[in-house]
Amino acid sequence: MSGQKNYQSIEEKQYLVRFNADTKSHLHVKDEDICLTKCPDKICTIFCPAEIYKWEDIRMHVGYEGCHECGSCRIGCPHQNIRWEYPKGGHGIVFRLG
Amino acid sequence: MSEKFDAIVVGAGPAGISCAYDLAKGGASVLLLERGEYPGSKNVMGGVLYRKMMEDLIPGFYKEAPLERPITEQRFMMMDKESAVTFSYKGMEWAKEPYNNFTVLRAKFDQWFADKAVEQGAILINETVVLECIVENGKVIGVRTDRPNGEVYADVVVLADGVNSLLAQSLGFHKEYRPDEVALATMEILKLDKKIIEDRFNLEDNQGCTIELFGDATKGILGTGFLYTNKDTLSLGVGTLLSGLIKHKIKPYELLEYVKSHPMIRPYIQGSEPQEYLAHLIPEGGYNSMGKIVGDGVIVIGDASQLVNAIHREGSNLAMTSGRLAAETILSAKEVGDFSERILDQYRTKLLSSFVGQDMKKYKDSTHHFDKFPQYFTDYIPMVNKAASQMFTVDGSSKWEKQKKIWSDLGTTKEKMKLARDVYRAWKVIK
Repeated sequence: MSGQKNYQSIEEKQYLVRFNADTKSHLHVKDEDICLTKCPDKICTIFCPAEIYKWEDIRMHVGYEGCHECGSCRIGCPHQNIRWEYPKGGHGIVFRLG
Repeated sequence: MSEKFDAIVVGAGPAGISCAYDLAKGGASVLLLERGEYPGSKNVMGGVLYRKMMEDLIPGFYKEAPLERPITEQRFMMMDKESAVTFSYKGMEWAKEPYNNFTVLRAKFDQWFADKAVEQGAILINETVVLECIVENGKVIGVRTDRPNGEVYADVVVLADGVNSLLAQSLGFHKEYRPDEVALATMEILKLDKKIIEDRFNLEDNQGCTIELFGDATKGILGTGFLYTNKDTLSLGVGTLLSGLIKHKIKPYELLEYVKSHPMIRPYIQGSEPQEYLAHLIPEGGYNSMGKIVGDGVIVIGDASQLVNAIHREGSNLAMTSGRLAAETILSAKEVGDFSERILDQYRTKLLSSFVGQDMKKYKDSTHHFDKFPQYFTDYIPMVNKAASQMFTVDGSSKWEKQKKIWSDLGTTKEKMKLARDVYRAWKVIK
């Protein structure tokens, strides 16, 4: 119990959350080429609250299993390049408290 | 499940449950569809439930509902980097029945609330996503779900599917929202001993405190932070316009960590254990983003129709009232056997003349205004902090000298004029 609370990483935060992931993704990058050639900022990797978008050299990796289903990526993608659906009924994030 | 109901309500949040409750109570057959494992499992809010709208629906609910704490003090903190000017109201009239509002944890509360609708006769089916509305000759006649043979029919479909109302969007009721029409909020539930919470927040048993955080909590971006007391947890969160995060390239969870480590907040949460991390969008486009909310055989309620009063952090109450007005409209439509847009439009009329519509209109330009003129958060809040520091620091200079210093810190005559104009403008958009 020190006064200085250590910085908590997104991985640690995500570890607190219960997910019942479907076997297939509910998020799809419509055109991979747009991320590669037309989107230098790749801002989804910044604003996604679960950091599920990760740029891997030439393609966007989408870790849909940790998605909070907030919808930010669908609205915030500057190229409207994300197809966003709800996960299958009963799947996806399961909030236990808040 | 190829059946027909009087009404299908999509989404078991405050809007959908209120609607289903009243419909069932009024004798209608109601199917309430929820995509989560249980009602509340997909739902997030800071945590304030308003007593009035809930009690209109279920009198004396606070005697049995899973609530956290009645709120007896509301604080407003205008934060700079290492200081805060705080305004607060605390009143013992809020500590006793009928109370003013409560903190709640949604996963628990929504399950209880949905059970109440079921007790009235609504049929609740969880783990079911509605993929689309079934439309025939321009009229919504049912929904197609992700269950096998999942078509269900009804005279009216009520869309209570939240801020990401893909259904209302696919009916063409509103366009995709822009990043400046939604706020992204992240929050954490922090476990802390009940006694420590009461000591730190100056509370007695069954009393609660809410603190709204302005200014440095969002690093000057339009938004707010909040710290609410639950029974033996705290809810700490921060929400900003999505456009603000994009513009300033800020990671939302880093902003949350920033708030947690802020010297004005850190002592409140010291020694607490994070229990859960949650992210959700808040519709903040206001009145101008509401879009179409009534069609043939269909009504949109709650967050799905952008019903949030961001200035007063109200949402669940607007949702509940909209749900009830929708139910009232559907029940009277049922009497005449006409579910056309013309008849269902009563919902829109009632909603707009209720406090919901009035408040939506009152604050229709507020989000846009404070987004367009960031100086309120970036300049004026620090200015207020500096002035308070000046005035209350005893350093041997006279109070007249201090006032003179504060006045000169407001800048040149031109800058003072700008400040005066901004104050007037802010007053205009919220008056």
